[in-house]
Amino acid sequence: MSAALLDVDHVSKRFVKQKSLGERIASVLGAGRKSEIVRAVSDVSLSVHKGEVIGLVGESGCGKSTLGRIIAGIYTPSDGNVLFDQKPVAKQQGRRTSKLTTRIQMVHQDPFASLNPRMRIGDTVAEGPVTHRIVKAREADGYVADLLARVGLDPSYRRRFPHQFSGGQRQRIAIARALAMKPDLLVLDEPVASLDVSIQAQVLNLFMDLRRDLDLTAIFISHDLGVVRHVSDRVAIMYLGRIVELSPTADLYAAPNHPYTKALFESVPRIGVGRRNFHPIAGEIPSPLNPPNGCHFHPRCPFAGPRCRAEAPPLTAIGSGRFSACHLNTGGTA
Amino acid sequence: MSEAVLSVQDLRTQFKTRTGMLNAVDGVSFEVGRGRILGLVGESGSGKSVTGYSILGLIEPPGLIAGGEVLLNGRDITRLKGDELRRVRGAQIAMVFQDPMMTLNPVLKIGTQMIAAVRAHDRVSRRTAWERARDALAKVGIPSPEERLDAYPHQLSGGMRQRVAIAIALLHRPAVIIADEPTTALDVSIQGQILAEVRRLADETGTAFVWVTHDLAVVSSLADDICVMYAGRIVETGAAADVIASPRHPYTAGLLASVPAEHEPGERLPQVPGSTPSLSDLPPGCAFAPRCFKAGPACTTTPPIQKFEDGRTALCHYPIESNSCQPLSSTSTTYRSAS
Repeated sequence: MSAALLDVDHVSKRFVKQKSLGERIASVLGAGRKSEIVRAVSDVSLSVHKGEVIGLVGESGCGKSTLGRIIAGIYTPSDGNVLFDQKPVAKQQGRRTSKLTTRIQMVHQDPFASLNPRMRIGDTVAEGPVTHRIVKAREADGYVADLLARVGLDPSYRRRFPHQFSGGQRQRIAIARALAMKPDLLVLDEPVASLDVSIQAQVLNLFMDLRRDLDLTAIFISHDLGVVRHVSDRVAIMYLGRIVELSPTADLYAAPNHPYTKALFESVPRIGVGRRNFHPIAGEIPSPLNPPNGCHFHPRCPFAGPRCRAEAPPLTAIGSGRFSACHLNTGGTA
Repeated sequence: MSEAVLSVQDLRTQFKTRTGMLNAVDGVSFEVGRGRILGLVGESGSGKSVTGYSILGLIEPPGLIAGGEVLLNGRDITRLKGDELRRVRGAQIAMVFQDPMMTLNPVLKIGTQMIAAVRAHDRVSRRTAWERARDALAKVGIPSPEERLDAYPHQLSGGMRQRVAIAIALLHRPAVIIADEPTTALDVSIQGQILAEVRRLADETGTAFVWVTHDLAVVSSLADDICVMYAGRIVETGAAADVIASPRHPYTAGLLASVPAEHEPGERLPQVPGSTPSLSDLPPGCAFAPRCFKAGPACTTTPPIQKFEDGRTALCHYPIESNSCQPLSSTSTTYRSAS
């Protein structure tokens, strides 16, 4: 395969909780508490090739949205690099940053929050491409009309405001806005999570049509295993800031390797299996403020041994294109 | 269902708006038996939550219950007021909300709140109430319940808070618990734990649940029976396994077919065209007709309730024949864990 379009290279992101004035004074006087650090993403590496759709899956607090935002250039990583077309996304300054980040566009989860309620949707969609001179201002109207038609909306709707649209229609507008920049990479953060099932199917079909017609490369973030299986070529499963398994979609769903992936699949309620005995994962998701030592999953893992408590397992190859971070794969005892 | 503990008959809930009366719940009827779980399924705006609120008398102006009965162990509770209603709510019928912080007071310890909830209906000592609270927490699978009683709500995770809310609902061993999207905000691994607990509680305590949700997969693995709602009406009822395997109403069929997990990856999903209609602007006759692949000339008139074998019903002029519909479960075995 040719060089990757996007290279996420040992990226970490830490968020430090701001101290209050009192705490700052206390720390100057030598009585302060240690600052609280959330390790939202730790040491994640991932390559995305042109034309590929990668699914990022995990439960809340696993860092999937943070990783998406780092890739989109909204957050700068604390460590590591994100290379887009072999150029770092974050290190570029000024105009060159904007030039690069316009090639990566993001679609957010909540279409009620991501559209400016006071702007006509035609202006929302046109703003980016006109500002960055992708189209001339006087040609913007036709450009927007084409885009709206492409996402399945009547072009005459472009004079309307967001409140005149339903949730599914708004998500189409958000997708049109992202496509207006002619991006090379789309980052979609839970794009269908807030939609009803029947509307969700419409938006997923739209995404698959666009992907085929425009040869899109995309990162598709979701907590819904069924949705991700449907749209992705490869899937990365995240748990507490780390990728625990990365695999071509069909292989992953046929035979999950990591104990967390297996447990996650077991927990998902399924249509048509009938009333059944649940085998839920024991325990809670630990706080990312204070993750467990070693393998983050070990307190909930039925196979955990002493090595899992002491040493974090690296993501290692377990087959063609398959990676898993579990000591059980590397031989010896867990 | 011979011994229905909860029987809702022709319930109508309306909201007064500037444009006129909206029929949020438009003639809903169903029954739930002891220890049974009924899944009340629908998309946003279908009236499923308002139905749940109406059963408990939680509708406030501009809304009102315009008609129908809610029989709890044979007694109509829609006419109750003041003290009479208070004696029923919490003791014989209870509610679990989507957001457990609607149940929990953020400035009081869990124990304080649960003791108050016990003593609201039973004259017992604080000590006895504390013990009952502790036992209730243990019953919903909360580890070290004594310590949790001493904690404030913010010290617990979302899943734990929802367990506490369910424990409070269970305190007086009510005949019925109405649960409004109780696991929607939770992660799948936590949701799995709670569904397992609820199934066990229904079987062990005999409490009946009305589980309001948009999630067909949850209902499919949890519920005994299903009612599917659309635009304020129940469009299909039946045993959960039967409805899922061969839906009779085109809307139910459309909902089931649009779930991605039931299809080959990348395959085009069958979609229900259009979007849910506004209650202020419903088409005449069947509200689903403009989106329906089976719609015909009769659909501009109110559809009849068609009855089928095994007590199933569908509100439809042209219900789907049982043999023309493919069981959806056949394609769905691939993504279960191989372990």
